[in-house]
This record gives sequence, structure tokens and C-alpha cells, in this order.
Amino acid sequence: MPNHRMTAQMPQPRQQERLVMDAADIARALTRIAHEILERNKGVEHLAVIGIRTGGVHLAHRLVRRILDIERVSIPIGELDITLYRDDLALRKEQPVLRRTSVPFDISDRIIVLVDDVLYTGRTIRAAMDGLIDLGRPAEIQLAVLVDRGHRQLPIKATYIGKNIPTSRDEEIHVMLEETGEEDRVVILKA
Amino acid sequence: MSLKRKDLLSLAPLSVEEIELILETADSFKEVTGREIKKVPALRGRTVVNLFFEPSTRTRTSFELAAKRLSADVINFSPSSSSVVKGETLLDTARNIEAMQADIIVLRHPSAGAAEALARGVKSSVINAGDGWHEHPTQALLDLYTIRERGLSFEGLKVAIVGDVAHSRVARSNIHALSKLGAEVRLVGPPTMMPYGVERLGARVYRNFDEALAGVQVIMMLRLQLERQGRALFPTIREYARLYGLTSDRVKSADPGAIVMHPGPINRGVEIAPEVADSLSSVILDQVANGVAVRMGILYLMSGAS
Repeated sequence: MPNHRMTAQMPQPRQQERLVMDAADIARALTRIAHEILERNKGVEHLAVIGIRTGGVHLAHRLVRRILDIERVSIPIGELDITLYRDDLALRKEQPVLRRTSVPFDISDRIIVLVDDVLYTGRTIRAAMDGLIDLGRPAEIQLAVLVDRGHRQLPIKATYIGKNIPTSRDEEIHVMLEETGEEDRVVILKA
Repeated sequence: MSLKRKDLLSLAPLSVEEIELILETADSFKEVTGREIKKVPALRGRTVVNLFFEPSTRTRTSFELAAKRLSADVINFSPSSSSVVKGETLLDTARNIEAMQADIIVLRHPSAGAAEALARGVKSSVINAGDGWHEHPTQALLDLYTIRERGLSFEGLKVAIVGDVAHSRVARSNIHALSKLGAEVRLVGPPTMMPYGVERLGARVYRNFDEALAGVQVIMMLRLQLERQGRALFPTIREYARLYGLTSDRVKSADPGAIVMHPGPINRGVEIAPEVADSLSSVILDQVANGVAVRMGILYLMSGAS
């Protein structure tokens, strides 16, 4: 079935699409990350998960559900909007639309697992860490991403990675999730 | 959706979508103002100038706090401490401020139209913080935000605006915005304080206070500006209080869940009885708190690089 939203976003008229993860791959990657989080932190004590809006929030909810299935413990979850912490705000002609940050628990002294869909330049994660530190002083920040596509511009490394996908700069990675009305899959778009 | 405007001078030309964008952006900043560290770096490196030609502690402080919480540099100018006393014009003052790389100028001025004249003459964004009897858009926006925060929807909402409508820039901005959003606006006050032809803005004028209050969900009281027009427009303050003062008995005519608003500062016992001002239905202090979040939202939306 053609994906209309994706078609509308295509910057070039002729783009090749390559499937790199299907629904089963995404599900397996998230289950593995959930186990890795539990193993690394020796359980769920002091643990909280915070998704970066918007893709990271859906993945964060899925990770928390998997941790609940495995450990039978519900861990706190928050949603972080990083817009106000972006380093390109002063360069933009229009201000991006804000979404609400919702972290309904004290992050101080907790181990925070930040969740995002794609890790690329690292600038989003830097902004997220700035935003997080304004909310309190976490004991530790870990980073979980579904896809690491490389091309870092800042010295940032993910703690948990669903899949490493080497890309060139002219390629785009699209993570599509059921929560936004699409079929779960990750594709590379090449001009 | 973005606010594609250099200046915010009046609510009259704003679309419903633009008003909603401002209120939604303010909502994000309300979350920021509830944090332990109430500061974000969004306006780092930007300069906001508060140019106040009229005394106003509340609005100026609110803008100053909003700009500082966005990490902007803030300069406060007042005429008594600037070259205005030496005969400099408003435009020359503003051009000098602009030459110091000001990005946003917040102007309060006693003359209607001053903000618009300034906006035409400078490249910086201009926010009208009250111009004469004309408009006070940020006060109206914080009123709208406070109404919405109480879970009230604008479509079909019954609002009574009470008092000196003719000399109230807050009332004028609110009439524009509330009518646009689908609310039913009722105006009540002494005939000498009702502007000629105000019905054209979409409001209905009432002579009787209790009749105007019947079933309204929002009672918006206006301040009696005793220092300005004083006794010229009504015989005595006591008579004004009897006819147009909001007492707890009068509130009973309104909807049982009605909220009471006032832009402050209050003349206790004149336009509003102390027990009403301090009652649970009063949202007067919420208005002040929301003012910072709404002004943060406006400064953020207007701080595009162009």
C-alpha cells in the first residue's frame, strides 16, 4: 500500500526506498534493548524512561511495556520536547512549534534512559541532555535509539542501539510507527 | 503554523489560528514556569527592550520576567531616565535603541497608535504593551488563556465586560478576540463610559448589570481609572459601586461556575467587593501568573531571525 504521508515528504521527485527494518525486526530490537536495560542496571530500581518528542515517545512507551512484561514492574515514563534547547533557534526564520514537556516525576538521583528513534548528528541528544538537566540532576543518563546512522557532529554515543545502519549524508532514514497510523518499518530514502 | 508577523500591535487582525497558536505556545511555557529551574535558553543572545512611557509595574515586570526566563538580555527604558525629557521623539528614541541591536521592543505609550507608528519606523519587532485607550493585546491573550485554563470553551461562551469600556484598552482587545473566537460578549457600565458604536465590534450593550450577568460564565471587571477621568463621568464613587460594583449577591445571577476576572490593580469595594475578589471564583491571581507564560510564548514566537 502506498504511504501518502511519506510521498508528500519526499524532497526529490525520484527517490529510491530501501526497507531496512520491518515490524518483526523493530519488535525484536526493542525486546533486546529492554533486556539490555535491565541487565545493565541490574533491575529497575531508580530507573525511568524519557522519550524525545515525537518518535522517541512512542518507542519509550513500547520499552516501558516490555520492561513491565519481563519484570512485572511499571517504571516512570516522561516526554521531553527539546525545541527550546536547539542550537539553531537563532538561525531560523520561523520559530518551530512547541510541544509540551511532561515529566511527572522527580528525575533527581534517577537513572534516566533517554529514547529516540534515530541517532544522527548528536545535536538532538545534546539538546535533550540540556533540557533534562534543567529538570533536575539525574544520577546517570543512558541513551537508547532504534537506529544509529552515523555522521556524528558531537561526541555522543548511544548506550543501546536497535540497529546500526551506515548511511551517506544524502540519504534519509524514516522510522514509521503504528502509533502515527503507519505500518511499523524503517526505510532508507535515497535521492 | 507559525506567527508570520513582525509586530503584535492589536488583536483585531489576528486569525483564530494565530490566537490558538499563541495560547498553545503559552501552555508549553506554563510548564516551564512550574519547574524548579524556570529558565530555558530559547532567546539566548537576543535583546528585549521594555520602553515604557507610562508607569506600569505589573506589565513591565511580567515582560521582564518572561524575557529573562527565555535567557534574553533585557533593558528597561522609562522616559524620566532617558533623553525623552530633553525633547527626543519616540521614533528617535526607538532608533537609538534599535542601533544597540534590540530584537524586540515592548512599548507602553499614552497615545493610541504609538505602537503602530513605531513599528513602521523600526526593523525590530514591536509588541504593544498598551497604547492609550486603543489596545492591550497581551493582557487580552492572558485573559483568554486563563478562561481556557478553567476548562471553558470560547464557542458560545457568555462573557460580561463591566465598567469603563470606553477608556479600557483591555476591553477593546478582549472584545475583538472573544467575538472572533465565537463568544457572546455583553458590555455593561454607565452610558458615559460606553464607546459610541461599540456594537459594531460584535458586542451587545446592557444598561442593567443584573440582566447582563444572567447566565454568564465569565465576569470581566474593568478597573475604574480614578486617577484619570474621575468624577467627570459619574456622580459619585458610592453610586458607581452601588450600580456597577460586583458583590457576592450579584455573582449569583451568573452561571454557578462563573469565574471573576480583573486586570488589576483592584479598587477594593468600588468595582469589586473584597469578598468576591478573594473568593474561589476569582481568577485574578491566575491572570497575573499566566501573564508571564503568555508573554514568554509571544516573545518566543516573535523572535524569528527575519
